[in-house]
Amino acid sequence: MARLTLTSGRRLVAGIPILWLLVLFLIPFLIVFRISFSEVRLAIPPYTPLIVWHHGRASLELHTSAYAFLFTDPLYISSYLYSLKVAAVSTLCCLLIGYPMAYAIARAGAASRQVLLMLVVLPFWTSFLLRVYAWIGLLNNNGVINNVLLYLGIIRHPLVLLQTDFAVYIGIVYSYLPFMILPLYANLEKHDPALLEAAADLGARPWRAFLAITLPQSFAGIVAGSLLVFIPAVGEYVIPTLLGRTDQLMIGRVLSDEFFENRDWPVASAVAIVILLLLVIPIMLFQRIQRRELEATP
Amino acid sequence: MNDRPQPNMRTPAAVDPDGAYVRIANVSKKFGDFTAVAEVSLDIRRGEIFCLLGGSGSGKTTLLRMLAGFETPSAGSICIDGVDMRAIPPYERPVNMMFQSYALFPHMSVEKNVAFGLEQEGLTRDAIRRQVGEILDIVKMGGYNARKPHQLSGGQRQRVALARALVKRPKLLLLDEPLAALDKKLREHTQFELLNIQQQLGVTFIVVTHDQEEAMTLGQRLGVMNHGRIVQVGTPADIYESPGNRFVADFIGSVNMFAGAVRAAAPDSLSIDCGELGATVRAARTPCSAAGASVWVAIRPEKINIGRQAPEAGVADNAVSGTVSEIAYMGDMSIYLVRLVSGTLLRVTLPNVMRGGERPILRNESVWLSWHDSSPVVLTE
Repeated sequence: MARLTLTSGRRLVAGIPILWLLVLFLIPFLIVFRISFSEVRLAIPPYTPLIVWHHGRASLELHTSAYAFLFTDPLYISSYLYSLKVAAVSTLCCLLIGYPMAYAIARAGAASRQVLLMLVVLPFWTSFLLRVYAWIGLLNNNGVINNVLLYLGIIRHPLVLLQTDFAVYIGIVYSYLPFMILPLYANLEKHDPALLEAAADLGARPWRAFLAITLPQSFAGIVAGSLLVFIPAVGEYVIPTLLGRTDQLMIGRVLSDEFFENRDWPVASAVAIVILLLLVIPIMLFQRIQRRELEATP
Repeated sequence: MNDRPQPNMRTPAAVDPDGAYVRIANVSKKFGDFTAVAEVSLDIRRGEIFCLLGGSGSGKTTLLRMLAGFETPSAGSICIDGVDMRAIPPYERPVNMMFQSYALFPHMSVEKNVAFGLEQEGLTRDAIRRQVGEILDIVKMGGYNARKPHQLSGGQRQRVALARALVKRPKLLLLDEPLAALDKKLREHTQFELLNIQQQLGVTFIVVTHDQEEAMTLGQRLGVMNHGRIVQVGTPADIYESPGNRFVADFIGSVNMFAGAVRAAAPDSLSIDCGELGATVRAARTPCSAAGASVWVAIRPEKINIGRQAPEAGVADNAVSGTVSEIAYMGDMSIYLVRLVSGTLLRVTLPNVMRGGERPILRNESVWLSWHDSSPVVLTE
């Protein structure tokens, strides 16, 4: 009896997340997947049905025209490449800025560590949209940064900062930096300081000890942080829309335009499926590394 | 050929006139208000095994870490081979350390771990491979090159840690509780191996341990530490047989200790009244204590005889009677706790020489305890 409740309890606990993923991820995904194989039409819903009844017999109609369209119009390919480039550069910037910060927090005293972690998370208390809007005020031709530089006499004419790649990088790095710092901190904080002492004792200068001991051991943290930044950055919509270029769209913007401007749901769904495929590869890579890491810990 | 001096055999006198290889002079270390090490002065000779023995918080590990360069002394100086270590960072010291946790690099194989120190010196790949192979053979870990630390047992990790610390052929090896993580059988075995390796390579060892047995078997000399100070330095026999104060007598081995007052001081012996013992103790060859001085008498349990008969008449001193209140059979010996008439408990150990020999002493039996004049140690502090 007790055993029975235990197993059913276990099933319930495991069942909730499975149900959650099923209802909120798998079913919507299947719907999008199914729409991507239809054609646009002027009706409600605005796409052709999957199963067509013809003289009392059902026939399956799969259209690959949406996918074919993605590869014929250079807009899509250039948007994908641009999104990947922006995400990759932003991830690298986050890593270069976030690693030293995570390292410093992990090495700080117990009291200041709590404060520093709090400061990392603090921006989340304000609306994400509001914080991105604030950057418009900073980067504008007539914004804070230009005014300060003009006042100090460093520049004579205002710099064009807004609606550039630079503004998108600033926005993404600023918004996603905590997602890089937190997993890196969680990793670095577990490192045994005796290992660095051992390295120093064996003749390694601090920089070499870092490269040989700390860096390889924090690899899992680097991967986790990078994916947490890279994956959402690829599909980022708000930041490039508010801060970015108008002549080069990121794929998230293309996706939303297809849905809401063109009302071409099949093409929009195909865009989404291709993004997913592009992201599945790094996610699977991440899981493999994580599994290897788990096996390596005694 | 033979009369040409070997480069490694240069006499310490050439470097340091007093022959100390490591000279620790008035070293103190404070962490905020806490004094971890207080005015320690210590000379360690070339090629010896010196054990720093003390309880936790006695400052022994802090002293070791100052030798390695991980802590800087608040005051005093440390010289190794005549060179002041004050401004020399750990990675430039002629010292290697074996960490208590071993601190093996978990992401590197055994071979990579051991090779790490040599790689920092920029040796050729062949030279590194050869030296790593040699040292792994010495610690009997050849054939484990490709294993990762988590694939090794505790004893194997200890050997790899030792190999990694020895591969650079340091003149001075610091060992922080080298055997603490091993089980008892393995520990005894490894102790003798450590001694072998030390003699084979001629390295000076400084060993930190809280385990007196480990200190006794490993150390040629011991330094007993308490509250950041060195309380006594000497050979294991010195420390055990002639402890300098009550802390050392109590810390090393077990001891029966009583307060007393010197009644008469003859040139070669003292008579001490011990209230707790209810008897007079006669002790030979002790530091001069004038009559009336209050002292402590320490007698090791194995130096007390136990018997059913009273000792011969005329030997009224150094004998007391009581009843056996507890017996602990340890196999190689038995421990008797004897309650004296005065109420004091006395600990006596007796080796079990014979198998089921004569009629053994039982609980609640009345016994006489006696000891030789040379057994009691008289302590003034």
